[in-house]
Amino acid sequence: MSVETSTRPAGAVADAAIRPFRVEFPEGEIDDLRKRIEATRWPEQETVADASQGVQLATMKELVRYWGTEYDFGRLEARLNAFPQFITEVDGLDIHFIHARSPHENALPIIITHGWPGSIIEMLNVIGPLSDPTAYGGDAADAFDVVVPSMPGYGFSGKPTGAGWDPVHIARAWIALMKRLGYTRYVAQGGDWGAQITDVMGAEAPPELLGIHSNMPGTVPPEISKVLASHVLGAGEPPPSGLSPDEQRAYERLNFLFTKGLGYSQEMGLRPQTLYGLADSPVALAAWMLDHDALSLEDIAAAFDGNPVGNLTRDEVLDNITMTWLTNTGMSSGRLYWENTLGFFDIKGTTVPAAVSVFPRELYQAPRSWAEKAYPNLIYFNEVDEGNHFAAWQEPEIFTNELRAAFRSLRNGGRSS
Amino acid sequence: MSTTVETTTEIRPFEVEIRQEEIDDLRRRLATARWPGKELVEDPSQGVQLATLKAIADYWAKNYDFGRLEARLNALPQFTTEIDGLEIHFIHVRSQHEGALPLIITHGWPGSVIEMLDVIGPLTDPTAHGGDAADAFDVVIPSIPGYGFSSEPTEVGWNPGRVGQAWVELMGRLGYTRYVAQGGDQGAGVTDAMGRLAPEGLLGVHFNFLGAAPRELLMAALNLRLAWSADEREQFSKFLAVAMRGYIAEMGEHPQTIGYPLLDSPIGLAAWMLDHDADSYEKISRAFLDGQPSGNLTRDNVLDNITLYWLTGTATSAARLYWEFAQAAPAALKHPPPHVSLPVAYTTFPGELFQAPRHWVKQAYHNLIYFNEADKGGHFAAWEEPEVFAGEMRAAFKSLRTKGGPS
Repeated sequence: MSVETSTRPAGAVADAAIRPFRVEFPEGEIDDLRKRIEATRWPEQETVADASQGVQLATMKELVRYWGTEYDFGRLEARLNAFPQFITEVDGLDIHFIHARSPHENALPIIITHGWPGSIIEMLNVIGPLSDPTAYGGDAADAFDVVVPSMPGYGFSGKPTGAGWDPVHIARAWIALMKRLGYTRYVAQGGDWGAQITDVMGAEAPPELLGIHSNMPGTVPPEISKVLASHVLGAGEPPPSGLSPDEQRAYERLNFLFTKGLGYSQEMGLRPQTLYGLADSPVALAAWMLDHDALSLEDIAAAFDGNPVGNLTRDEVLDNITMTWLTNTGMSSGRLYWENTLGFFDIKGTTVPAAVSVFPRELYQAPRSWAEKAYPNLIYFNEVDEGNHFAAWQEPEIFTNELRAAFRSLRNGGRSS
Repeated sequence: MSTTVETTTEIRPFEVEIRQEEIDDLRRRLATARWPGKELVEDPSQGVQLATLKAIADYWAKNYDFGRLEARLNALPQFTTEIDGLEIHFIHVRSQHEGALPLIITHGWPGSVIEMLDVIGPLTDPTAHGGDAADAFDVVIPSIPGYGFSSEPTEVGWNPGRVGQAWVELMGRLGYTRYVAQGGDQGAGVTDAMGRLAPEGLLGVHFNFLGAAPRELLMAALNLRLAWSADEREQFSKFLAVAMRGYIAEMGEHPQTIGYPLLDSPIGLAAWMLDHDADSYEKISRAFLDGQPSGNLTRDNVLDNITLYWLTGTATSAARLYWEFAQAAPAALKHPPPHVSLPVAYTTFPGELFQAPRHWVKQAYHNLIYFNEADKGGHFAAWEEPEVFAGEMRAAFKSLRTKGGPS
């Protein structure tokens, strides 16, 4: 792999260098991966007939069969190298990013941040429609210059060797990155960890940041967060009263997550270094990455059943897992949970103009009433018909349309404060 | 497995046989292990440290004698018998002394019968270990369903309560009409369930962990809140922290997901099993890094247990016990099971997850006949300090030996 760590002496000029980057996976590493896939040693089947004990054996067996026998290992390199990629050092760490400039003048620069267990792979199918709308049935006036960085410890970015790369640090690094790219006005977008980072950017509010868009907005009122957190132990405070129907629905989805769906984040939050299997076992990594939330697992399991939902196909899912394997970032990516001190769905204090798209199969559906309180300058709020937690990945067209609509009002001029 | 009704209560002798090719496969996986980078901190606050796990993998592949596991187990009389549709494996060592008190000891997670091997001698043959013939026990050490050589449940419902019921059946099948039971960790949950069932013949129970009665502990703790000492507050926060452990959350929610690394990666399994609690981790880590084991918690003993999990391929089924516990817990909170009226004995070990004060134990178990704070030993009390543990068994159950049965 051609990820080099910088050996240059520290210095302002050298530090700011932006180096072109291409992915090259050594054949030997792919062979090793294939051998491990073939040698998979399996547990017995779960004792239930659904996914309530985790990723089901049948799903994993089909994934491993497809990965080992049909998946084209060349496609990952080809897909990534079709985009202009770069590496630049920020705060002592190499940051990898895709940078696709629009052919259209006055394109609006946007930085899009992925989450866990995602990566830049989530975003590959929105880069074309966003940066070159006319080639995808859109309007030149909706063009974006697209920057898609890999978070520290993810993909081809450097892996931190010391503590401190939390979402706030990453947000500040992104602000520095956009500045280094020469952008004086831009917008930011994210889901999952990307949403937290984007919210924090919106709270830091550098003058060049015109606005943000989130597909997993942090809107949960503090009193609701407190009730939810008390349920992690299986008991705790009674449910809140006086909620509107959509608030009640949001509360119930979040409560399911807090009581039945945070095992992976507890483990990575407290003991990321214990998950050695993620480095040593492809099936372990794949299962861990599939088990993010019940609804996306259901969609991905459907893909391996031959019925993909939207763009979340077997190949797409395996591109993401294969990249994580080949870069050996299963553990380093999980450390972000250990670093984090923010409440996943809490209000982060964003002050810049904010846009929200609510996807029906996201972890929770942010009610407009909460979004309006969380984002004092809410410029756009829309509930779409399709899509799970991996909005951009699963529904690139809907996602693209949301970004066009969300940011349209910000294109004329600077940020009005 | 037998399918006829007449043979379902049959007790069959059992010997462990480990195939060389499985050992070869394990060695090959260890030799080709792919490692992550080092943790970002200088302590275990991010989990099992890279240097510790590398030392374990190195010793496991190069120095550990794979023959010893089979030899140690086969040196003991082992049996299997079918209970409630599952093959239950157990060690059964009768004392040569008359009037020995039968004792069933239940291991926990990430333990196994391996934890108990070195207490068998002192308990069954006290005179050979500086004890008194009057303190002799007949010892029964079963493998929990899904652990070691017991078969894996293929249906839901094998929670600690059901395991306790199976143990009652087992002791009856062995012909014991008066016996006692002991457990720590998940074994405490199983033993607690036996105490609540209060079957005829069960004279009393001993715990080295207060884990099976969370409601009563909470009630006990909350009722006494005003009178709490600093130490009680500390122990209560340690108790709450147990429930927040990542491994409990993950195995309680999605045992199948964590099951894939545990079956496919020996280093994945070893790390997961090592990361139980800070005290035992530190001790085991020291055994491998500095060659200074704490008590009997030696490199070989630790690897016997991990190797057993690996070769039997039972880490996923073992993890499911936490899922079963999580399923059963809400109902137990709503409809508390009957109190334990049987005599209860308790030993607090200084390195245990939390040190339950005497009156917490007393609140949970009104008929507390014995309480002691041992000088040394941690969560794996029997394993780490077999002599201390055996001494506790002798002292704890002494008063029950002379009685004709439960009063």
